[in-house]
Amino acid sequence: MREDILRILEKNSRIGIDELAVRIGADEIEVANEIKAMEAEGVICGYHTLIDWEKTSIETVSALIEVTVTPQRGQGFDVIAERIYNYPEVQAVYLMSSGYDLLVNMEGKTLKEVASFVSDKLSTLDSVVGTATHFVLKKYKDHGTILAKKKTDEREKLVL
Amino acid sequence: MRDPLSAVTVSLKPSGIRKFFDVVNEMPDAISLGVGEPDFDTPWHVREEGIFSLEKGRTFYTSNSGLMELRKEVDTYLTRRFGVSYDPQGEMLITVGGSEAIDLAFRAMINPGEGEEIIIPQPSYVSYEPCAILAGAKPVVIDLKAENDFRLTAEELKAAITDKTKILVLPFPNNPTGAIMERKDLEAIAPIIEENDIYVLSDEIYAELTYTDAGHVTIASLPGMRDRTILINGFSKAYAMTGWRLGYACGPKNIIAQMTKIHQYAIMCAPTTSQYAAVEALRNGDKDVEEMCDAYNQRRRYLINTFKQMGLPCFEPFGAFYIFPCIKEFGLTSDEFATRLLMEEKVAVVPGTAFGNSGEGFLRISYAYSMEALKEALGRIEHFVNRLRESI
Repeated sequence: MREDILRILEKNSRIGIDELAVRIGADEIEVANEIKAMEAEGVICGYHTLIDWEKTSIETVSALIEVTVTPQRGQGFDVIAERIYNYPEVQAVYLMSSGYDLLVNMEGKTLKEVASFVSDKLSTLDSVVGTATHFVLKKYKDHGTILAKKKTDEREKLVL
Repeated sequence: MRDPLSAVTVSLKPSGIRKFFDVVNEMPDAISLGVGEPDFDTPWHVREEGIFSLEKGRTFYTSNSGLMELRKEVDTYLTRRFGVSYDPQGEMLITVGGSEAIDLAFRAMINPGEGEEIIIPQPSYVSYEPCAILAGAKPVVIDLKAENDFRLTAEELKAAITDKTKILVLPFPNNPTGAIMERKDLEAIAPIIEENDIYVLSDEIYAELTYTDAGHVTIASLPGMRDRTILINGFSKAYAMTGWRLGYACGPKNIIAQMTKIHQYAIMCAPTTSQYAAVEALRNGDKDVEEMCDAYNQRRRYLINTFKQMGLPCFEPFGAFYIFPCIKEFGLTSDEFATRLLMEEKVAVVPGTAFGNSGEGFLRISYAYSMEALKEALGRIEHFVNRLRESI
């Protein structure tokens, strides 16, 4: 049941528990309890909204920053990762398998804001050896959702 | 001038709801639940393979029977999914959709003018009856019943068999009812088929869309049935490939050989691009099928639940992507109900009678639509139903 719930919630976190229960053929109370349990366990970490900021008048700049660091004895990458992810403008931090160590996704209002974050905050951290900043020019697809265009139903209206 | 037309062709009933179709298509704001094809796009890796085959210049005819590579994959697939194996060399023919296979099978097996009978359970897909007539057979209709969940029972079959009966059409999972035949249902009719020495045309195009734990069971997998069954399946429903026009027929060598002959003279071969894409679908498409099937199943549960809340009787369909609610309480024919629903609430559904007289009092509702569309349409249907009830 957990997987069924998660697969649906991942696509639509606003679904009502009644509809969710009907769709997976389970009892409403059981589904509610399961969701609560998963929230408590941290399996479900949050309910967010996917926004295509480009379609708003609000300016945002998004960047992917490759960060190379010196891991610290006994602590590996975790301490430096924490120092980075604590910045609220940082959206995501991943430990990577090769080429560089941490991939940081950050969002700012302007190019300048991102640039100064990298030069003032990120690069100056003790264990950071180098950074490479890539600005996102356009988001075509995010979180499994195509942002570029909406799908329309082009089928004939009646087909036997 | 002489009459240029064939009397048999002229005698075929035109699709009864043509008029209805025209109205729907001229109503841009109508929500339709009338489509009998998947709302999903063909999985991208399958489309890509089609594109790749075009880029490679694979634009020639294939062998009449279809690409050997594809026939081998079909055999592997049928073995893996349904436990039946067919020799790619001789027991299998790749066709232009399942529809062509139906037509070929009838034409290959029927002696025109001899009064040979084809039993057609209805409600069912619209082409069996005309194809039977064109092949020179006499169609014998079995009116399936809602109280049997629209399954074919042994009694019904026995009552329809005469000494002229040659073929039984087995259209399950069923369009339009969503009914399936489980193993026990098939086991009940198999001995009758054998005793009366008749053949089965098993149209299993919706096989992958079966929502029971046991899944689809093909009659060909029952003892003694393989040698008298023409199994028809295809890519349209399972892989959302309707427009690619690709299906197949499997069966005894002697029948497939004659079907191949007609196919060779009438069609030559199924579309080559589609065949290459289908190889990819069979090799790497299991996950797509599972995901689509899961999405249909969620919508199916949602619809059953919503109709229950509306108080419209509806048996639980375990196959295809249709539900078939009963509207007899309103004293309207299916046609009248559907027409008024369209005019007054702008929702298009197909009257059950489009699939045979036994569809009277029922509607075919397709759930090959997004949840958003389904919700909007069901809201309108509920509104309509409530108004009808108030006016009674």
